[in-house]
Amino acid sequence: MSALHFAIISPFIFAIFVPFLYKLFRKIHTGWFVLLLPSILFIYFLQFISVTRDGDTFIRTVSWIPSLHIDFIAKVDGLSLIFALLITGIGALVVLYSIYYLSKNKEKLNTFYVYLLLFMGAMLGVVLSDNLIVLYMFWEFTSFSSFFLIGYWHEREKSRYGAQKSMLITVFGGLSLLGGIILLYIMTGTFSIQEMVANVGVITGHALFIPAMIFVLLGAFTKSAQFPFHIWLPDAMEAPTPVSAYLHSATMVKAGIYLVARMTPIFAYDQSGTWIWLVAGFGIITLFWGSFNAVKQTDLKAILAFSTISQLGLIMSLLGVGAAALHFNELSENIYTMAIVAAVFHLINHSTFKGSLFMMAGIVDHETGTRDIRKLGGLMTLMPITFTIALIGTFSMAGIPPFNGFLSKEMFFTAMKHIASFDLFNFSSLGILFPIIAWIASVFTFIYSMMLVWKTFTGPYKPEKLAKKPHEAPIGMLISPIILVSLVIIIGLFPNILSATVLPAAANAIMPEFIFDVHIKMWHGVNLELFMTIGVIAIGTLLYLSLSKWSRVYSLFPEKLTLNKLYDAFIPSLESSSNVFIRSHMTGYIRAYLAYIFIFFIGILGITIWGKDAFVLNTENTASIGVYEAILALLIVIGTVTILASKSRLTSILALGAVGYTVSLYYILFRAPDLALTQLVIETISVALFLVCFYFLPKKFHLEKTRFKLTNAIISIGVGLVVTLIAIASSSTKLFPSISKYYEEHTYDPAGGENMVNVILVDFRGFDTLFEICVLAVAGLGIYSLIKLRMTRRKEG
Amino acid sequence: MKNKDIILQTIAKVVFFIIILFSIHIFFEGHYRPGGGFVGGLVTAGGLVLLLLAYDLKTVKKLMPINFRILIGIGLAVALLTASAAMLFDVPFFTHAFDYFDLPLLGETSLHSAALFDLGVYLVVVGTTMTIIQTIGESE
Repeated sequence: MSALHFAIISPFIFAIFVPFLYKLFRKIHTGWFVLLLPSILFIYFLQFISVTRDGDTFIRTVSWIPSLHIDFIAKVDGLSLIFALLITGIGALVVLYSIYYLSKNKEKLNTFYVYLLLFMGAMLGVVLSDNLIVLYMFWEFTSFSSFFLIGYWHEREKSRYGAQKSMLITVFGGLSLLGGIILLYIMTGTFSIQEMVANVGVITGHALFIPAMIFVLLGAFTKSAQFPFHIWLPDAMEAPTPVSAYLHSATMVKAGIYLVARMTPIFAYDQSGTWIWLVAGFGIITLFWGSFNAVKQTDLKAILAFSTISQLGLIMSLLGVGAAALHFNELSENIYTMAIVAAVFHLINHSTFKGSLFMMAGIVDHETGTRDIRKLGGLMTLMPITFTIALIGTFSMAGIPPFNGFLSKEMFFTAMKHIASFDLFNFSSLGILFPIIAWIASVFTFIYSMMLVWKTFTGPYKPEKLAKKPHEAPIGMLISPIILVSLVIIIGLFPNILSATVLPAAANAIMPEFIFDVHIKMWHGVNLELFMTIGVIAIGTLLYLSLSKWSRVYSLFPEKLTLNKLYDAFIPSLESSSNVFIRSHMTGYIRAYLAYIFIFFIGILGITIWGKDAFVLNTENTASIGVYEAILALLIVIGTVTILASKSRLTSILALGAVGYTVSLYYILFRAPDLALTQLVIETISVALFLVCFYFLPKKFHLEKTRFKLTNAIISIGVGLVVTLIAIASSSTKLFPSISKYYEEHTYDPAGGENMVNVILVDFRGFDTLFEICVLAVAGLGIYSLIKLRMTRRKEG
Repeated sequence: MKNKDIILQTIAKVVFFIIILFSIHIFFEGHYRPGGGFVGGLVTAGGLVLLLLAYDLKTVKKLMPINFRILIGIGLAVALLTASAAMLFDVPFFTHAFDYFDLPLLGETSLHSAALFDLGVYLVVVGTTMTIIQTIGESE
């Protein structure tokens, strides 16, 4: 157990103590205690920069289930480190923010911080595990801790709905990820990612390659809210704002991004281009769809949710495009590698500005009582600091210089421009779509960014629509977003702080074969990307100003065809159709179940006989049929037909008795005196019991004839036929001689008896007899208790 | 005892003992000829049922104050103990033993532990059959 392992599980351990701290120190906000942990972890992880900067990885292994190749391998490389720093750094800021956001008197802080710490630990585990099973374990930890956090205000119906929706979708993806992991294990025989990367040749040529890739991508796409699985994210906005800022902008939704980046060296080598098309394609669709839909939202957090979806799509498409680099040999001048750098860069940028924007939305909500942009307006002078935060965050999001969003957007355009000229896998024809869609999506991004800041903070001030009298937030609430927007500016102005420390190492972790020499410049010279950005700003401003004129576009799209409606229709229809299915066959009638059992019986046995060609008829060893046997057989047939055809039950009972006595005659004929004796007495007793039952039947049932049903007749004839066929076939194929010879020889000598049947019953196989008398005893006591208990109940009633 | 069926009752008195003797005969004969604990028990129960038919439940209970449910337990215990006794002699469960003994009155006779097991079977069968018939007879 190294310090690194301890760092990963420390949030889990700390979570145990949170309820105690909450109970013991009611006067102090529990968040202050929690704040210590991510701060310490952040400092701890900062130390690793010096390790990864030189291209080294830090690996520590703890044995967990070695026999199943499951070990807790903690590994820090450039990519893991960036995520770990984001998780702990933004985690600390979010905890600080939540101290002022959540009231210590009104909220159940103990549960909140337990869930948050569970989530933090799970997320650290996801990004720092090298073993895929351990990664999967932490992956599901993030799913259900985020389920708890979304449903934190569980008394609200919308919270529960959002929590359930995100749970269903992410767990669906998680399970398919598990399937992908198992397929990868089948291919390589290891769960370790680094060993898989070393054996990538085995995977690429394997038949399971494509299924494994699709399963893993399903897991990543559902977690990272890619189209069409993005629908859970807007509903997850019912969570408290610190949760939205942390989980649904900076960390959890990037777990899918992390997975795709991690899996790139495993999947991207294949020669069909499936990976590039899937990742880049779904990313670019998500980018467009998210930004397109963000414009029609009226809720601040909903805009931010769709904006997150769209930005995640952007990162995803960059990762897909970056994979194209692997298909070229000249590594030093490879233009596609820059897409990977851009993806990691934008990942960091997005965490900074989106986190600050969520916190800004939370402040506005907290101070005015609403998040609806139709009610908000004119807050600029009332909340100047919040306005500044919003301004910087949105401008960065829109890609306006001098903020960091501008740099990553430029790099994004560069990558998209290059992919259009990629000459493999049909990119030369369809690839031109990528820069076009990217550009359109950027225009929409610009529009909703402008909406976010101007509609909230400028325009007419409408105090009558607001629940509270707005004023500037307390300073504690502003610290976290101020730190984040400072980062936005610092990274924007001095991007090489990152490119000198973490970026090359992270890109190198995604593509181990390349050495990255990253240098990000604000000014690229006059080129296509610059014009694209100018176009975005110009067209975006124009469209934003004329928003009211063309916003009817959104109502053209039928509400019924949206994915949310599809989901909402799907879940109840799944329930009702399974209801219909169960009702259709679980009738509650024994006759129906008997019919199923018998049909199954006929089907299985009949098909086996037919398919295996198992029926044999061999008359070599059959005995000749005597007159007595024939007469008795005739008697039994008559008796059986009488049972079926008789009009009264009494006749049936008597005919049944006749059949029983005939059977005992058969025993005599076939020289089984013990059986004959027992059969006679038992038949007598059971007929007597039947008559007792008959006596107690209600009167109206006495004379009811058995109704004829064709299906029943067919089923019973089928059963009879199958059993007869099996009996004939099995007696025709005696493979081994009987063991009865042994009994014949040993009945007298060691066992000391002459009646072989009885000796077998009490001596050779007395065990069976012991439990048969137990059966008898249970039956007798059962009848006794049935009747006696019924009588006492009647007395009480 | 509402209807006094003199003929039935008189015959039952005689036949009952014949039936019981026959059932004991069947029981003891089991190891050598057709019969054994199961049939023996059933026939004994049949004799008791004849008494029940000729008289009634209360009379038979007074005649034979046996709780047949306890008889089931005794029977199971006898069977199980016979089977487990083998383990005391360091042989597997359910190993039987027999030998010939010179008994007073009977002369040389074979005694077999299987007969004890059969006795257990006999008691369980009598107990169960009589429990069922008595319970159904008493219920209304």
